[in-house]
Amino acid sequence: MLAGIRTQALRKIYAAQAPSAPGGFPLAARKKTKKQPDVVALEDLSLEVAPGEIFGLLGPNGAGKSTTVGILTTRVRPTAGVAWIGEYDVWAQQVEVKKLLGVVAQRPNLDFSLTAREILLFHGAYFGLDSQTRTERADTLLDRFQLRDRANQMTRGFSGGMMQRLSIARAMMHDPQVLFLDEPSAGLDPQTRLLLWEIIREYNQSGKTVLLTTHNMEEADALCQRLAIIDHGRMIALGTPTELKNSVPGGFLLRLRFARHSTDLVERLEALAGVREVRARDEADGEFATDVYADRGGSLVSEIATLASSTADELSDVRILEPSLENLFLHHTGRSLRE
Amino acid sequence: MNWKSFFGLLSRDIHVARRNLVPLLLQTFLQPMLFVFVFGRIMVRSGFMPAAYKSLLLPGIMAISMTFSGVWSVAMPLIGEFQFTREIEDRLLAPIEISWVAIEKVVFGTMQSLLSGLVVIPAAWLLLRPVELNLQSPLSFVIVTLLVAMFAACGGLALGCSIDQTHIGLMFSLVLTPMIFFGCTYYPWSALDSFPILQKIVLVNPLVYASEGLRGTLVPQFPHLSIWAVFVALAVFDALLLTLGLRKFRNKAVS
Repeated sequence: MLAGIRTQALRKIYAAQAPSAPGGFPLAARKKTKKQPDVVALEDLSLEVAPGEIFGLLGPNGAGKSTTVGILTTRVRPTAGVAWIGEYDVWAQQVEVKKLLGVVAQRPNLDFSLTAREILLFHGAYFGLDSQTRTERADTLLDRFQLRDRANQMTRGFSGGMMQRLSIARAMMHDPQVLFLDEPSAGLDPQTRLLLWEIIREYNQSGKTVLLTTHNMEEADALCQRLAIIDHGRMIALGTPTELKNSVPGGFLLRLRFARHSTDLVERLEALAGVREVRARDEADGEFATDVYADRGGSLVSEIATLASSTADELSDVRILEPSLENLFLHHTGRSLRE
Repeated sequence: MNWKSFFGLLSRDIHVARRNLVPLLLQTFLQPMLFVFVFGRIMVRSGFMPAAYKSLLLPGIMAISMTFSGVWSVAMPLIGEFQFTREIEDRLLAPIEISWVAIEKVVFGTMQSLLSGLVVIPAAWLLLRPVELNLQSPLSFVIVTLLVAMFAACGGLALGCSIDQTHIGLMFSLVLTPMIFFGCTYYPWSALDSFPILQKIVLVNPLVYASEGLRGTLVPQFPHLSIWAVFVALAVFDALLLTLGLRKFRNKAVS
């Protein structure tokens, strides 16, 4: 059975928690809690992921990606809205939903009391696999994720990358219809990242749905068939990576700084050939910063320099960004994904 | 109810317990055995305690061992798994209702508590010889032992889900230690006759019923609470602690 993902107007508000004072008495912390404002993690998120699709949630830290994954995997109760995996309502039919899911959490959560192989075998047992299937799958996955030689060791001493590979192998152990990967390649070396991408594509080719979150644009671009860009709990753009990149005016982005500028600078920049949009950014250190969206990059720089030198404007810095998802994020939020 | 998942979870816990058997045994038995040695042998042989005290002591030691190992085997892993390793997440995603993940822990804790109770009897008996055990109603003994083991495991669930990692020390000094000293483990409840207020207050301590119940079934020659009162009280504590523990567990499992 192929299963997709659907959400309707998901909303999640966390009652703010006072940071727990280590060593303090548990009751003492409670009074402070009420004064802090609630945190809106997700606001009106509706999306639909088709069965067999690799879908990405792209956004900076704290955008609501993990909350979305949490809601879709029964671990976070939505404040409002409904989510479905396949035909099942995630909150109302948890057991049916969990049968369809494989989940790789953002932080490793391996069973420290077991060896790598046992982790896979017991995970298979939780999902009711018979012992022969369990053994076969565990061996295949250990090979595929290059963990064979450490299979009988406890995972406590594993490196971050090995733990991550084992977490993903574990999530695939029961051959789930929908695979969730929360920041799957965070902390992986480039080689392992490529191995991971290959495995994800392969898994997807067997008709499985994959939803991954990332703040890495290259990963989103290379791996995802469709993307939702979210920020502050809201979806700000949705489409294929190409569509999204094309939706940025011009595609190229020139980030300029002027030490001195005349009042009509923005209008004169807009008049240059190929310039689609000019946005003044905040002024910092007495400098005037502006983003120029255009359909060309390098060739525009000399024209801007000429334009500046012809008046009293003093250009102090230029940064050219090739067409990318980063530009899209900047265009929508005025902030960099990396910030 | 998905029994395959349930037994998968249970077999994982048994597998891990088997692997850690030696430290587990030391942790469960060292303290009660030392206590048995000091109070049952040194104090008795040197004449500070009457010989009959040995028989009075055994059910109390059994109650302590069962409570400790039941609470420990449920609470300690839960505290770590929810906070430090987060490994509980994999089990919460098993295709089974979340409450059953907690119930599995309770079943496992009950098994471990029963096991330690049943091992304490011969071990303490060897150290204390001769002890006058007087098992008159095996059925009552089985029921009491089961109820005590469940109380320990349910208590472990409630504690494990209420306390965070930084307060483990407090759990022992504020909860378990007073419970043991006011749990009628080293003396029968009737010994508190001359402290009438304290005698009433300790009745809120479930360990009182555990010790008195085991005393009433193993060494009924000593004064003890009515066995029916013990049945009812322990059953009520089991139900209360399980309900509270499950509620806390569900709150912790879902954010």
